[in-house]
Amino acid sequence: MYVSPVREPLISGEKSYSKVTEDIYAPMTGKPGKFWFGGLTLALIALGFGLFSIFITVWDGIGTWGLDRTIGWGWGITNFVWWVGIGHAGTFISAILLLFRQKWRTSINRSAEAMTIFAVMCAGLFPLIHMGRLPLGFFIFPYPNTRDVWVNFNSPLLWDVFAISTYLTVSLLFWYMGLIPDIGTIRDRLKEGIKKKVYWFLSFGWTGSARHWARHESMSLILAGLAAPLVLSVHTIVSFDFATSVIPGWHTTIFPPYFVSGAVFSGFAMVLTLMIITRKAINLEDYITKAHLESMNKIIIATGSIVGIAYITELFIAWYSGVVYEQYAFVNRAFGPYWWAYWIMMTCNVITPQLFWIKKIRRSFAATFVISIFVNIGMWFERFVIIVTSLHRDFLPSSWSMYSPTWVEVGIYIGTFGLFFTLFFLFIRFFPVIAIAEVKSVLKTSSEKFIKKGK
Amino acid sequence: MAQKAFVSGYYLDDKDLVEGIKALQEKNIEIADVRTPFPVHGLDTVLKMRRSRLPRAGFIAGAMGAAIGFGFQAWVFTEAWPLNFGGKPYLSVPSFIPVTFELTVLMAAFALVFGFLISSKLGPGADNIIFDEEVTNDRFQILLEVSGGNSDELQAELQSAGAEGVQHHDV
Repeated sequence: MYVSPVREPLISGEKSYSKVTEDIYAPMTGKPGKFWFGGLTLALIALGFGLFSIFITVWDGIGTWGLDRTIGWGWGITNFVWWVGIGHAGTFISAILLLFRQKWRTSINRSAEAMTIFAVMCAGLFPLIHMGRLPLGFFIFPYPNTRDVWVNFNSPLLWDVFAISTYLTVSLLFWYMGLIPDIGTIRDRLKEGIKKKVYWFLSFGWTGSARHWARHESMSLILAGLAAPLVLSVHTIVSFDFATSVIPGWHTTIFPPYFVSGAVFSGFAMVLTLMIITRKAINLEDYITKAHLESMNKIIIATGSIVGIAYITELFIAWYSGVVYEQYAFVNRAFGPYWWAYWIMMTCNVITPQLFWIKKIRRSFAATFVISIFVNIGMWFERFVIIVTSLHRDFLPSSWSMYSPTWVEVGIYIGTFGLFFTLFFLFIRFFPVIAIAEVKSVLKTSSEKFIKKGK
Repeated sequence: MAQKAFVSGYYLDDKDLVEGIKALQEKNIEIADVRTPFPVHGLDTVLKMRRSRLPRAGFIAGAMGAAIGFGFQAWVFTEAWPLNFGGKPYLSVPSFIPVTFELTVLMAAFALVFGFLISSKLGPGADNIIFDEEVTNDRFQILLEVSGGNSDELQAELQSAGAEGVQHHDV
């Protein structure tokens, strides 16, 4: 098979097929380390605190939050949009990069997609909690109820329900179908016992038959084809929550592409933050290499620059439109009482990703780790700026208000981190973090061993 | 159930596997199954596998999802309970698109996944027989079905086709 001489190996070290199995199975064997137990304990504490905060919200009511009549959306919706955004990287990697035949996706798609699923779960909590009374959640489902009234299909908030639940379901199906061959691999490494029975059950009786593989591939390709527009649709619909309203600062047609690229931008940043730690912690340095880092950072530059251009376009259009409300909204964002949030957003999202133009930085794990955290912070502030600064100056100056979160809102946010990391720690312990079969299928064209032999 | 028996031989490289299959096919030996640790490209043409009907199933289910999604919304707002939202038309087609799209994707995905599982007889609790646990690691296995006690013959054929380890399995 022809391999371009300028392409660097995706898998370093002299790997054979069985060495790949061994390396990826290794972190699942033996006793988990102190790092794992410590991390899981911290995550569970955070989760517990979050559950307590949710309890307070439900018990005492939504008045425990810092919201008022003017600012009806605060941290809750900020966190919702932020988590959904984080949840865009996984399916982007496994669906869109599959369609583009990017081989480097094989080392990161599994864990990135797990992060997607966990992040969407965290996101989904917020609209539900935001209702204040959880049992009201069933009002969003269209079913023939005793009131005879249907849901409003013209509302973007309802589209959100459909978009997010479909996204979660399809991502979960896609992820699990990719997992069954690898669960089969783990099952066959285990000795007889309960654990083997559990993995046998989870592997759906996978045999590796060529017929199954052929169907599996055909299914994966079409699922990817379906998931690709789905990824783009989810944040488009989330952006409709804002764009279809009449609030200056929200009412912009630029939102869908701007939100989608922002989502991929923040999702990749989160994947990088976690993968840089994980690869070190469980010795996967040969599988997640500088080549992967560079590819991912290139996507960060692309999407980050789209976000940057979107910010500037928004400012320009606000001025060019001649609408005073629009102009005020944007001047107020930059120089009003929330100026600090705006400038944190601008610095983290527009300036820091541009550092990746320098090859040394984009190939450095340490630098990428730091920048990815900046991007995460910046993207959180983007949502905060869009939501809070647009709302806090109402059309009626008598309604003007300021917003700061209470400990309950902060607690729920911390709780979602707890949920996310609890699931992530369990995932890296009990499931293969890297798609074993997929890595093996690119081993012949992309491993260091093969490329050396070719020369 | 009648006793079945199989003969298996394994290879350590996908290229050797394809050569081996071709050698066996030249002698008109029917191959019961080929099992590999990862999808080997070109195997489907060598084994003359029928093209999967999964794409068709996915398309039909997706079309149904679209029809149900759009039809339901249209029915709700024109027949069941027409509501006037700011003077907009009852049948506001553009605002029905998101939900229609999501249902299209959802139903197609379900059809694909369940179609795959059912046609492959995979699922929770499926009790398929694993002849060699190393298949999910690094072995590429050919399975031949024994008929009329020709096990030794088939083993010899596999060996001459370059298989590394040959074995007889009673089921």
